[in-house]
Amino acid sequence: MMKKLTPLLEWGTLLLSTGAVCFFLVVILWDLISKGAPSLSWEFVSTLPRAGMTKGGILPAIIGTVLLTMITALVAAPFGICCAIYLNEYAADNWLTRIIRACIRNLAGVPSIIYGLFGLALFVQGLHMGTSLISAGLTLGLLSLPYIIITTEEALRRIPASTREAALAIGATQLESIRDVVLPSAVPGMLTGLVLTLSRAAGETAPILFTGVAFYINNPSGYLNQEFMSLPYHLYMLSTQHQAIEQVRPLAYGTALVLIIVVFLLNLTAFYIRYKHSKDE
Amino acid sequence: MKLALREKIDHSARLLFRTTGLLVIAILGGIFFMLLWNTVAFFLKVKPMDFITGTQWNPSGSKASYGILPLLVSTCLVTLGAMAIAIPLGIGTAAFLSEYAGKKLKNILKPMIEMLAAVPSVAIGFLGIVVLGPGIASLTGEPNGLNALNGAILLSVMALPTIITVAEDALHGVPQTYKEASYGVGASKWQTLIKVTIPAAAPGILAAVMLGVGRAIGETMTVLMATGNASAFPKGFFHSVRTITATIAIEMGEVPYQTTHYYALFAIAAVLFLITLAVNLIGEHFVNKFRKYQAA
Repeated sequence: MMKKLTPLLEWGTLLLSTGAVCFFLVVILWDLISKGAPSLSWEFVSTLPRAGMTKGGILPAIIGTVLLTMITALVAAPFGICCAIYLNEYAADNWLTRIIRACIRNLAGVPSIIYGLFGLALFVQGLHMGTSLISAGLTLGLLSLPYIIITTEEALRRIPASTREAALAIGATQLESIRDVVLPSAVPGMLTGLVLTLSRAAGETAPILFTGVAFYINNPSGYLNQEFMSLPYHLYMLSTQHQAIEQVRPLAYGTALVLIIVVFLLNLTAFYIRYKHSKDE
Repeated sequence: MKLALREKIDHSARLLFRTTGLLVIAILGGIFFMLLWNTVAFFLKVKPMDFITGTQWNPSGSKASYGILPLLVSTCLVTLGAMAIAIPLGIGTAAFLSEYAGKKLKNILKPMIEMLAAVPSVAIGFLGIVVLGPGIASLTGEPNGLNALNGAILLSVMALPTIITVAEDALHGVPQTYKEASYGVGASKWQTLIKVTIPAAAPGILAAVMLGVGRAIGETMTVLMATGNASAFPKGFFHSVRTITATIAIEMGEVPYQTTHYYALFAIAAVLFLITLAVNLIGEHFVNKFRKYQAA
């Protein structure tokens, strides 16, 4: 009897831990969707907050998050792609390259709040940009940089050496071979990494706390030197700092749901690119 | 286009790419320098010993005290709790994925784990307030359930995807021949997993754990929202704690520029930076060890 039961028990232990992990995800999604959905309406996503945040919508927070994510992409993508090209196409295997790689891995492990401090010291105070959309965007750009370099380099590495050699053999310079042959075929992989990184950046709160986010802006201008609202910070304020916390709970749920929809849509885009690309190959 | 011109463009592009590589070093150096500079400014005003051994963090009191111990103990407490949950669950799930799950089940489970990894930390902190907090409160009779246990459970959820993904890679990388040799001498699937596969993948699993620890120590929003942030010396899992990250997040917005308090926040950030750096370096050491071992 025991002999038959043991494998079942062993298998059950592993299944139970897997089940627990799935359970966490189900609880998160179920709670946010079931309690957030009633707050969602066209008005919620298209109007300004009213009556001290207790009524109205979250339009400025949505605009802020979209603009911030776009600036992050504009800062981190060119920089990260150039660095990945250097590492994969040019760099020799020497001490300098090893230091650069070690720096990238360590940058990926630096806590996000320290990026916030760095942004505060460098952009807000050092370069006198003040608490603004551009300071926060640059800070998030730095935070995203190591992920973009790592994913881009991975995409470049998958392109076979023979592709490059073929281009060089017909007289292309190394830059031309990279620009016309290597990069085009690495685009799907690079895009996947970029979109995944941006989905992470869109949900980040700690790095923008001191670099430009504000609780309430009545006129979302979108100017780079202005403070802005953002979805994750809005959720944080509504759920911890608002003077009528219980009253604004439905709004907090609605904000959480919108945030998670934005993040998952970006993730789905990345999965779609990856899936389509793997089919093409 | 003339060849000379093309070569000139090629050369300047090479320089540009190289510069971006060097800039990466400059960014990490810049972060390090910024922390060091402000920490030195802090130590000019507060004795290092008072900072390291002080048991009270009260920068706005009539006699300001800057002891890092309560913050450091809080951070360690929450991280330890998170790992106590995430390590067994993570390794169990990784083993299930790598050894037991069929291809179809894997195709469902892996995207689920990726989705869990994508949930923003602020959303997880929010659920700590509205779901987990009241749950803990009803079990313990506390008013709101915002304590170290709450933060630890949430952090374990955040660290799990990292631990599972890296540990599964490690288990998957163990050569099939090892397992076959084990089956060959009559070991069961479970015995093989416990006695052969997991020990063989140990460096990779340790690397997974270190990455999870790094993620948990540096997490800000989740602990800020879920642990209650009482500044008293932490008493245990059922009490409110205030981590290093939460302290920076709460106080940096309010302190005047270039005061002792302002420098103090950079000093605790420097401690946090050094801890995560050490954790990452240890993790990297194990990754390299695992690679060498796999290559052999």
